[in-house]
Amino acid sequence: MEISPEKQREMLRTMQRIRRFEERASDDYVAGDIYGTVHCYIGEEAVAVGVCSALDNDDQIISTHRGHGHCIAKGADINLMMAELYGRETGYCKGKGGSMHIADFSIGMLGANGIVAGGISIITGAGLAAQLDGKGRVAVSFFGDGASGAGPFHESLNIAAAWKLPMIYVCENNLWAVNTAAENALSIPDVGSRASSYGIPGIIVDGNDIFAVHEAAHNAVERARRGDGPTLIECKTYRHRRHTERPTQPDVRPQKEIDEWLKKDPIDRLVQHLQQQQGQLSTEEWKQMDDEILREVEESVNFAKNSPFPGAEKATEDVFA
Amino acid sequence: MRQISYAEAGMEALLEEMERDPKTFHLSTDAPVPLVEKFGHSRVRGTPIAEGALTGMGIGAAGSGFRPIIDWRMITFSFVAMDQIVNQASKIHYMFGGQTKFPILYRATVGGGVRMAAQHSQSPYSMFMNLAGLKMILPSTPYDTKGLLKTAIRDDNPVISFESTRLLTMQGPVPEEDYTIPLGVADIKKEGKDVTIVALAWLVHEALEAAAILEAEGISAEVIDPRTLVPLDKETIRSSVQKTGRLIVADEAGPTCGASAEIAALVTEDEATFKCLKKAVKRVCALQVPIPYSPPLEDAVFPNREKIANAVRQVMNKA
Repeated sequence: MEISPEKQREMLRTMQRIRRFEERASDDYVAGDIYGTVHCYIGEEAVAVGVCSALDNDDQIISTHRGHGHCIAKGADINLMMAELYGRETGYCKGKGGSMHIADFSIGMLGANGIVAGGISIITGAGLAAQLDGKGRVAVSFFGDGASGAGPFHESLNIAAAWKLPMIYVCENNLWAVNTAAENALSIPDVGSRASSYGIPGIIVDGNDIFAVHEAAHNAVERARRGDGPTLIECKTYRHRRHTERPTQPDVRPQKEIDEWLKKDPIDRLVQHLQQQQGQLSTEEWKQMDDEILREVEESVNFAKNSPFPGAEKATEDVFA
Repeated sequence: MRQISYAEAGMEALLEEMERDPKTFHLSTDAPVPLVEKFGHSRVRGTPIAEGALTGMGIGAAGSGFRPIIDWRMITFSFVAMDQIVNQASKIHYMFGGQTKFPILYRATVGGGVRMAAQHSQSPYSMFMNLAGLKMILPSTPYDTKGLLKTAIRDDNPVISFESTRLLTMQGPVPEEDYTIPLGVADIKKEGKDVTIVALAWLVHEALEAAAILEAEGISAEVIDPRTLVPLDKETIRSSVQKTGRLIVADEAGPTCGASAEIAALVTEDEATFKCLKKAVKRVCALQVPIPYSPPLEDAVFPNREKIANAVRQVMNKA
């Protein structure tokens, strides 16, 4: 499909924003300014951006524990994200959620989730709401290969297929569930091929090829908006980093495998495409874009650091609406 | 006033509220016929047997502007949805900084007495009370069922309705017109001066029977039905105990960490109420065992009017 150079550069900008945001989140986590844990999306940017660039603002998504990339791809404000990571009152969740619970309902981002597969049925409910509303909205569930072995995957796909809900299920198969290899945990290597058991399309794409992801998502969105029901898209991808940024986090993945995937970096591939094949991005333009993004990220950190921590009295607020 | 059953009162609440608010819809593994007939299969869906998914879908739809009603049918089946209840529904409003509302009604029957054995005879409301972020109602009459369910559907939070299996066929007066009962307001089902009996669900009726027996013995018992467990009307319970100086708590659940323990604690930890106690608090609960099937066994496990009356006699020194 034809994607204008302007849109490609926008996609690149969003991918790089995710990458730089994650690098900074990792640094500040290791430095002790961000608490708990941080799961970086680095390496998988083409999936979130390829899918979300096929959506409208009203469309809804749900994320995973590795959620920052989905937030940014759906248009979240990185100042409010960084403030949330810093535990500040100005954060998306007023400092009550942290990295694993960032949500922005105003842009259809229904939340990261600390439970693997925990979001799949929630977003399927948003799909049901979209069907009942009848305004052509669609809902997207992002989840990993690990979640594809959990009950909610089956329950939700079965219901969505039976009721033709306007759903897109996007499996980010990064080959590892923490340190369990997908080849030891999945009965068949292609999660996408399970779609046939629900009678829905199953599309398997190179998740590091943003054009392939975007096209699959675009077609799935069209199908969902037409009322023809859900699609399962499996994106083969890889996280460049360990499961979390905790320095003691073990990583059993073979170095050779990591090196192979680093060569398939989705951002490098888009930059090369724009530069070499299309002549649409000069080295200076790319440098300038990156500098702008680095400044945005720096500003988000300043915003977070200059924001107050929530007062202790806030701990009892918002238990109920 | 006309008489209808506890189950009919519940259905009437749903019919009226679904009529009133087009953003309501109903999911359950067995779609109720009266709802399907009135609202059709789009808003009243019979679902796969996937309570975990239904529970989660309620959350997602609620966060998208709807007011879902999810009927688990028996509380037993809620346990397969525990991730969605515990990790998601109860925390989602707080965890996301209160940025949107999640109005959801989850319904389930609770309690034993109908020879359904261990899995299908449970009263595990304290497991849910232990979480923060869920409201819960526990009606004991057809009137309360309709009024509380209507309030629960209109509430902007996840609410669990625990509905007593033993009471489903019980008849009682229920107005045909619209009325609601606020959450967090206990009902004094019978006034008395010597002893306070706080009873839950089916045991409200056993407590009233016990009070009638005791009346003949010259003991005046006050019977309080909290009606909602979260929020819990502490003030009504405490002021009753301040008046009577004696407290019996009757619950169809086991005593360990039960609602009965919470009610006992809210009395004993309050200095003003504690000072008024003339006797130690007594609980009349199920034995702490899985509920057995055979009638003599099941009947031995559950509290009843005689056990409540005996507990009262003990605190009145008339045992």
